[in-house]
Amino acid sequence: MEHYDKKIIERLDLMAVNVRKHVIEMLYRAKSGHPGGSLSAVDMIVALYFAHMNHDSKNPNDPDRDRFILSKGHAVPALYAVLAESGYFSVDELKNLREINCMLQGHPVCSYVPGIEASTGSLGHGLSFANGVALAGKLDENEYNVYVMMGDGETDEGQVWEAAAAASHYKLDNLTAFIDRNFLQIDGNTEEVMRLESARDRWSSFGWHVTEIDGHNMKQILDALNETDNHKRQPSVIILNTVKGKGVSFMENNVDFHGVPPNEMEYNMAMEELDLIQKKLEG
Amino acid sequence: MSKKIMANPRNAYGETLVKLGEKYPNLVVLDADLSKSTKTIMFAKKYPERFFEMGIAEANMISTAAGLASCGKIPFASTFAVFATGRVYDQIRIDLAYSQANVKIFATHGGISVGKDGASHQMIEDIALMRVLPNMTVLAPSDATQTGKIVELMATNKGPMYARIGRANAPIIYDKDYIESVELGKGMMVEDGSDVTIIACGTMVDPAIDARKTLLKQGINAQLIDMHTIKPLDEKLVIKCAKKTGAIITAEEHSIIGGLGGAIAETLAENSLPVRFRRMGIKDRFCESGEPKDLLEKYGLNEKHIVKNVKDLIDR
Ligand SMILES: Cc1ncc(C[n+]2csc(CCOP(=O)(O)OP(=O)(O)O)c2C)c(N)n1
Ligand SMILES: [Mg+2]
Repeated sequence: MEHYDKKIIERLDLMAVNVRKHVIEMLYRAKSGHPGGSLSAVDMIVALYFAHMNHDSKNPNDPDRDRFILSKGHAVPALYAVLAESGYFSVDELKNLREINCMLQGHPVCSYVPGIEASTGSLGHGLSFANGVALAGKLDENEYNVYVMMGDGETDEGQVWEAAAAASHYKLDNLTAFIDRNFLQIDGNTEEVMRLESARDRWSSFGWHVTEIDGHNMKQILDALNETDNHKRQPSVIILNTVKGKGVSFMENNVDFHGVPPNEMEYNMAMEELDLIQKKLEG
Repeated sequence: MSKKIMANPRNAYGETLVKLGEKYPNLVVLDADLSKSTKTIMFAKKYPERFFEMGIAEANMISTAAGLASCGKIPFASTFAVFATGRVYDQIRIDLAYSQANVKIFATHGGISVGKDGASHQMIEDIALMRVLPNMTVLAPSDATQTGKIVELMATNKGPMYARIGRANAPIIYDKDYIESVELGKGMMVEDGSDVTIIACGTMVDPAIDARKTLLKQGINAQLIDMHTIKPLDEKLVIKCAKKTGAIITAEEHSIIGGLGGAIAETLAENSLPVRFRRMGIKDRFCESGEPKDLLEKYGLNEKHIVKNVKDLIDR
């Protein structure tokens, strides 16, 4: 296990709360969007952009950059907030999520927003896209890493398994996939809608290197990323055990907050809770 | 103006499925993790053994429906219009259209009035995609009452069919008695008129009714057709309208390419009808996130725009 400066973990945890507050604020303003899956994805995205990936907001098209593809595009508020906090565009722009004549679309569009690598929103495409980016990296003998995040429900899609086969066939060891394993999709619990277990066995039988961690624990996240980056001759998948709606008590594990934004009262309650967590972290 | 009574066509779909489920024990329903939005959940609750949750796996859903149909079931498969067509085109082409399978695809969230989810979720090509398939019937009901009737007709008429409705609540246009006259493949004369014909489908019928009233005040007497069946197209009616009014304008929440307007343009051209003609729809572009009413204004699909287009057309 790596030893991290306590400061790094604290800084990431603080940024994660900050991003969660942005997410709640954005969805409240937009009066639409997907809180549950955005909140469950926050910690990994924060860790990638603030402590792991090689990227530069001032040079978003750098051919040597590491790439992150958000296949579960409905969680894009979390990514927009991270991109803004990283300097890809102004934090002020977050106010305009989902507004007409504005940049930040309800689902990511690569032609509109600096830092967005792939246009997603139709589930199931992202892993194939990431394979393409990873294959290009091999062809060009470029050292960049490719990361892609899928929802657990998203892995119902057949295309995900076509891509899973291809990534292992081509030994895409420059690729790491994340499954946001929050056990919820829209119609209910993943195991009732369309059973996914054993997710670990499925991925490993497709020839992937599988790791499973607490997707809200920064130390485990950083350890897993360092480990999978160095794993050779196989693509890696990190199953992130997460809580849908993480950080806002009444949204946690609540399927009703998949695609419904907070109303005014819920907004106030959520911000209070997040402020409290923030204060605690700031000690 | 009397206040409009609103109802959601999606609810009409769910309620009609439940009603038909009782009458037809071989009616089955499939959904792809959107049953709360498409309202197939109503059927799922009433007939859990005849409801198949397919998860987020639309291609699998369509081909499975074809298998069910081959054994005499009447499958209704539902999801959003984007995922119900483009996403699964080859499955529809081979397993439904080519095979003449008795599968009914019922799609919700068609058009740009889906709103803030953005262009990825605003399906404006589905009518064109489905219309080009041999054997496929293509439907776009306009209000909750007509939706219920059309769902019934889908269940009782054989063959692969595609129907799409929008996401939003919509004003009730028809009463129950009038709706009994609905036939697949027959356009409905909503209002008679002599100066110009507006042919609309789906969500554009209601604004066309308002536009007609406004035009009437300005001395223009438009007739209005609700073309709920885009395929097979009621060509006889189109030709009759062209001859009678000499001017036709089409309106749909869909690309101007290949949909209702495209179908009518083909009919008019092939019959060498000397008619002034204009298509209203999305002008070959992707739209964006925004409030539905703002989007419809920006992209030219509301009452005001219909009035303007009609006036432009007949002044020309
Ligand atoms: C192809 C496709 N089908 C359906 C949808 C509608 N949809 C949006 S989110 C979602 C559920 C996603 O569940 P999951 O992947 O588990 O995401 P999370 O729990 O992280 O939000 C569905 C069905 C879609 N966006 N794309
Ligand atoms: Mg999930």
